[in-house]
Amino acid sequence: MRLSDLPKGAPAVVDRVDDAHAADPIAQRLRDLGFVDGEPVRVVAIGPVGADPLLIQIGSTRFALRRTEAARVTVRQEAA
Amino acid sequence: MSATALRIALVGNPNCGKTALFNLLTGGRQKVANYAGVTIERKEGRFTTPSGRVLQILDLPGTYSFDANSPDEQITRDVLEGNYPGEAAPDLIVCVADATNLRLHLRFVLEVKRLGRPVVLALNMMDAARRRGIVIDVPELQRRLGIPVVETVAVKRGGAAALVERVDGDMPVAAAASLDDGPSRANLHVQVRELLAATVSMPRQTAELDDALDRWALHPVFGLLILGVVMFLVFQAVYAAGKPMTDLIGDGFGWLGDHAAASLPVGPIKSLVVDGLFGGIGTVIGFLPEILVLFFFILLLEESGYLPRAAFLLDRLMMSVGLTGRSFIPLLSSFACAIPGIMGTRSIQDPRDRLATILVAPLMTCSARLPVYALLIGAFIPMHHVLGIFNLQGLVLFALYAAGILGAMAVGWVIKRIHRDKSEHALLMELPSYRMPKPRDIAIGLWERASIFLKRLTGVILALTIIMWAISTFPGPPAGATGPAIDYSIAGYMGHYLQYIFAPLGFNWQISLSLIPAFAARETAVAALATVYAVGGDSDTVGLAHALAANFSVASALSLMVWFAFAPQCMSTLAVIRRETHSWRNVAISFGYMFVVAYVASLLTYQIARLFA
Repeated sequence: MRLSDLPKGAPAVVDRVDDAHAADPIAQRLRDLGFVDGEPVRVVAIGPVGADPLLIQIGSTRFALRRTEAARVTVRQEAA
Repeated sequence: MSATALRIALVGNPNCGKTALFNLLTGGRQKVANYAGVTIERKEGRFTTPSGRVLQILDLPGTYSFDANSPDEQITRDVLEGNYPGEAAPDLIVCVADATNLRLHLRFVLEVKRLGRPVVLALNMMDAARRRGIVIDVPELQRRLGIPVVETVAVKRGGAAALVERVDGDMPVAAAASLDDGPSRANLHVQVRELLAATVSMPRQTAELDDALDRWALHPVFGLLILGVVMFLVFQAVYAAGKPMTDLIGDGFGWLGDHAAASLPVGPIKSLVVDGLFGGIGTVIGFLPEILVLFFFILLLEESGYLPRAAFLLDRLMMSVGLTGRSFIPLLSSFACAIPGIMGTRSIQDPRDRLATILVAPLMTCSARLPVYALLIGAFIPMHHVLGIFNLQGLVLFALYAAGILGAMAVGWVIKRIHRDKSEHALLMELPSYRMPKPRDIAIGLWERASIFLKRLTGVILALTIIMWAISTFPGPPAGATGPAIDYSIAGYMGHYLQYIFAPLGFNWQISLSLIPAFAARETAVAALATVYAVGGDSDTVGLAHALAANFSVASALSLMVWFAFAPQCMSTLAVIRRETHSWRNVAISFGYMFVVAYVASLLTYQIARLFA
């Protein structure tokens, strides 16, 4: 599932980041920031207007991502 | 001890505490300049070690990676590799990493290491890491990385002792460069994971305090409420705390002027000193306290980590008017001055978002407008309380700030509608841990900003004050003239001429005249009015306020305030726009749209206010 569809607070793990188009700098930046296979992620807060942006916790870092950015990240929810 | 200074470059991810470490090492002994041709700040300071070795420390812009689509990251890389023209490669790179966030920061350490230059890793914020129960096996980390690792606490006196000791001793040998371009990007993450697994134990991924604060600060309802209250209190404080100090400075300069007058013979020199210098400069310096109070709060919000939270809350709103949450920080700086604000837009990687932010930034009420507002509000708005707690003068000030913000939103929206590029633009913003702001960092930031303001003041304003005095004094009135002397001067003629354009806005010729120096620097409008009206009265703020109240209507005053809310910004701002966008077209667009908006808004204000007067 996409990170943008992950319910708030639900633990998940990054699967991959897809380029939205060829040489997508946003996807590359996401990978540089640590959105790589096997990294645990969580949605910790949701923006007040239009439920956008999302606050994503990855490792000890929190990143604000817009929904369109988060949609590039595919995650898997691991059965507890 | 070497004859030449040892050149050290500080690098690290944003929010690693690099600048705090830089402040700790160099104290107030910093030199801030720009890299040639661009406006990225080049901060350099000196430090002498206990053994007498002189260190020349360069604070490079915060960087996540060297893949660099932004100019800051490009410069950081070029400087480190010694490829930046006119900048010798540093003898030593100190890579600063947040010990509480090594998962992110270690990746950049590995990238820096691959440059093959001498590197020391400074594990910063070790105090916070210990508090959170994070245990780092430093010797093991050092062994695995193959570079020296030291612990630092940038916010504590003596917190850089280990680092100083390290650079005071032998130079570490250069880490070997990976000539085969080493591991791929994904492999860097794999390496980081291995390093973390072997050397770091973390009981909890995040600080409990951050989680607790963010539950409120980022709450859809309370978060916005808190933001609104914070902003409102800041602007009330600017008026409440700054005003008494302003009055004190005004009185002080009045006293100085009187004393200077007593020792000078009557004539043009006396008039220049008393009316021109002490009157004009005293009036403008008088507003420094209010400006510093505003700077103080911006710094406080910046240092505490609240600003990115505000950007998070406002991103969607900003996006709907063609901006981004990231625009919030440059736009907030523009409340102090549009110049650092426009320079700060470099953190917006997207060219379209950046241009939109640059175009609307001057609509934010900069500190230079504050003297004008303060003068007019003091003269025309009665000092009474609304609903028992709010003071009406503060409310009018708030309304003027709000007018700028609403204007900016409208302009952003229009830009978005007429722009052809509809592609996607990224936010991707880190929300750092909350931090207790340190007095030293606030003080240094405040000093830096105040000195920029004062430099502009002493140069531009001093020159303009003298020019204003000259054109309003010469030529003197002909023998037997009945009107005030200034009516016959050069200034009088210019003011009368400009009045044809500005009469529909309710501006008399004195106001029209003051708009000329205001274009050079807005705060000089006050000095200009002081000079023009000094003819018959005191030259301090209170005296000027009385002179204004006697000479024009409330409708004119409101119209003038609205004019200043929207009018084309100062020359320096236009110059910065030219330099930042490399385009005169953008300068013309900026000047043109603001002139039209200001003219129309003032016209409406004046005509409507007259109906109610």
